[in-house]
Amino acid sequence: MKIKKVKISKKAEERILLLQGNEAIVEGALRAGCRFFAGYPITPATEISELLSVRLPRVDGTFIQMEDEIASMGAIIGASLAGIKSMTATSGPGFSLMQENIGFAAIAEVPCVIVDAMRGGPSTGLPTSPSQSDVMQSRWGTHGDHPVIVLCPSTVKECYEITIKAFNMSERFRTPVILLVDEVVAHMREKVTISDDEDIEIFNRVKPTVPPEWYIPYEDTPGGVPAMAGFGEGYRYHVTGLTHDVRGFPTERPEEIDPFIRRLFRKISQHYHDIHLGEFYQTDDAEIIIIAYGSVARSAKRAVKDARQQGVRIGLLKINTLWPFMRTAVEKALQTSKTIIVPEMNMGQISREVKRVNKSDAKIFTINKVDGTIITPDEILKKVKEVG
Amino acid sequence: MAEVTKLIHKYLRHDKKFPHVWCPGCGIGIMLGSLIRAIDGCGFTKDETMLVSGIGCTGRLPVYVDFNTLHTTHGRALTFATGIKLAKPEMKVIVVMGDGDAVAIGGNHFIHAARRNVDMTAIILNNSVYGMTGGQYSPTTPYGMKTATSVYGNVEQAFNISELAVTAGAAFVGRGTVYHAKLLDSLMKKAFLKKGFSVVEVISHCHTQYGRINRMGSAVEMMTWQKEHAITVEKAANMKEEELKDKFRIGVLIDKKLPVFHEEYEKIRKWAKGIQ
Repeated sequence: MKIKKVKISKKAEERILLLQGNEAIVEGALRAGCRFFAGYPITPATEISELLSVRLPRVDGTFIQMEDEIASMGAIIGASLAGIKSMTATSGPGFSLMQENIGFAAIAEVPCVIVDAMRGGPSTGLPTSPSQSDVMQSRWGTHGDHPVIVLCPSTVKECYEITIKAFNMSERFRTPVILLVDEVVAHMREKVTISDDEDIEIFNRVKPTVPPEWYIPYEDTPGGVPAMAGFGEGYRYHVTGLTHDVRGFPTERPEEIDPFIRRLFRKISQHYHDIHLGEFYQTDDAEIIIIAYGSVARSAKRAVKDARQQGVRIGLLKINTLWPFMRTAVEKALQTSKTIIVPEMNMGQISREVKRVNKSDAKIFTINKVDGTIITPDEILKKVKEVG
Repeated sequence: MAEVTKLIHKYLRHDKKFPHVWCPGCGIGIMLGSLIRAIDGCGFTKDETMLVSGIGCTGRLPVYVDFNTLHTTHGRALTFATGIKLAKPEMKVIVVMGDGDAVAIGGNHFIHAARRNVDMTAIILNNSVYGMTGGQYSPTTPYGMKTATSVYGNVEQAFNISELAVTAGAAFVGRGTVYHAKLLDSLMKKAFLKKGFSVVEVISHCHTQYGRINRMGSAVEMMTWQKEHAITVEKAANMKEEELKDKFRIGVLIDKKLPVFHEEYEKIRKWAKGIQ
């Protein structure tokens, strides 16, 4: 696992702001170069739409409110195919509607960022209450075998930094990237220092340098990611949701289908090192390790600090990349400690993964809260005492 | 090779994907011919032309032509096209859909695209049936007609696509048939040059599915039906309602000037920068 910090030079012009998570996502998106947003109002993601409707026209970008989330997802794919970095934001019900077109972005390899501010579900559920119950939907929501990158910030500052990373990864790997925030992180306000310095790493999709007649739009490369021409840039080619050959034309030939699907997975799997984001906190001597993400990671950190004061050897593995699953980091935690606690605001979506990769005799305990309220440090401490 | 055929061949992707998927006698080929002649007539370059489609027989059209081509999900072509046009307003964006694609699964996008007035053209081939899946009833299957899912007769009422487009606020709406190919050429040309959201409904036939089950005969007989039931807008103006009862009007149904989305948005950008 590599924890890449956003580089900020000392000379940077810094803005100190009191920002909501959703607002920090907007700042991150604009910094990353997002110039197109299509969305549909939904709690608790609406602030992203409102703020971008004000900010985008000032930077020659475009904001459009579509007729639903299906249309929003279609529009951002269209804009991205025309060469513009694009994003949408929604919550559970809208995220469900977007799934078919997210699959299109996966198969046609269109970079884009989708924010899902998670609220309680299923269905209309709890529009203003927090939840982490879309973890599995973010991985498996669209049909068919496909890779996906899902990132999950737990602080407002991370909302800014990880949104930039989300755009970078989507551009670098030509894939939809889902930013999964829970309602607490989306609406929480914190002091954030934002630097406008140029040192922040921004990645733009690789464009073809060959003449149009030599361009093979879905050609395999060492990194598994083909160069991407924008529509209207002189490279006339075909983009389809049908399984296609290297030229982009539909194919039903097994010898063309297999390498294509495998390349889609390989372009993500051979870059786990760069995709996996997270933090080990006081785990070196830990007998108990908490694995947490989103706002719950905040409560977990507090619980670790309090328990340490009481002499408990405990640590935290905060995971910021939910998918592809951070197996290496989790396995390290499983080797360090024989007791793992996974608190989450669902019935056990990440704990299920932790159990899946557990090949040791470590015991995995869960805290599953599904009543629309946050998991508090006290609740985690209580569990620590039970299992310790 | 005839001059008219030469022109069409200039725009085909010969090296890929022929023969095409359509049945012999299908109207989509005639529509594609009109589309190519109209694009050529408008003087659009291949590089600036963007052809977007959804799913179905008509959805397969873009793969055969040498433009920027995008084959999207079922019913959503207009949403992808909206993103492309707003990202690159200099592109000439044309969307081709079938009746099921445009006004069943994509019906909501269709009326909102008409209302929103993004500068692009929607061409809808209306053959009254879902052809690719084997001939099930669509929103434009007339009452009483038989299909694979209405073998006892369709109990639903049909959409009138052009009237729907007019009511939803499209800036330009034209209707033609694949029999009246010359009219279709001119309707498409007008639609492509129109600033704003333009619609061309193309009445066609599916003799393989719809025609067979309803005993309407071959492609030729079904095109003869088009010839006999289409009345030009000019001629219809002097006809009584009773005379028009089982007929449909062809020609320009509406042509009006409306503020165009990307031009309006450019004003918003200037204004937003002014108050920054």
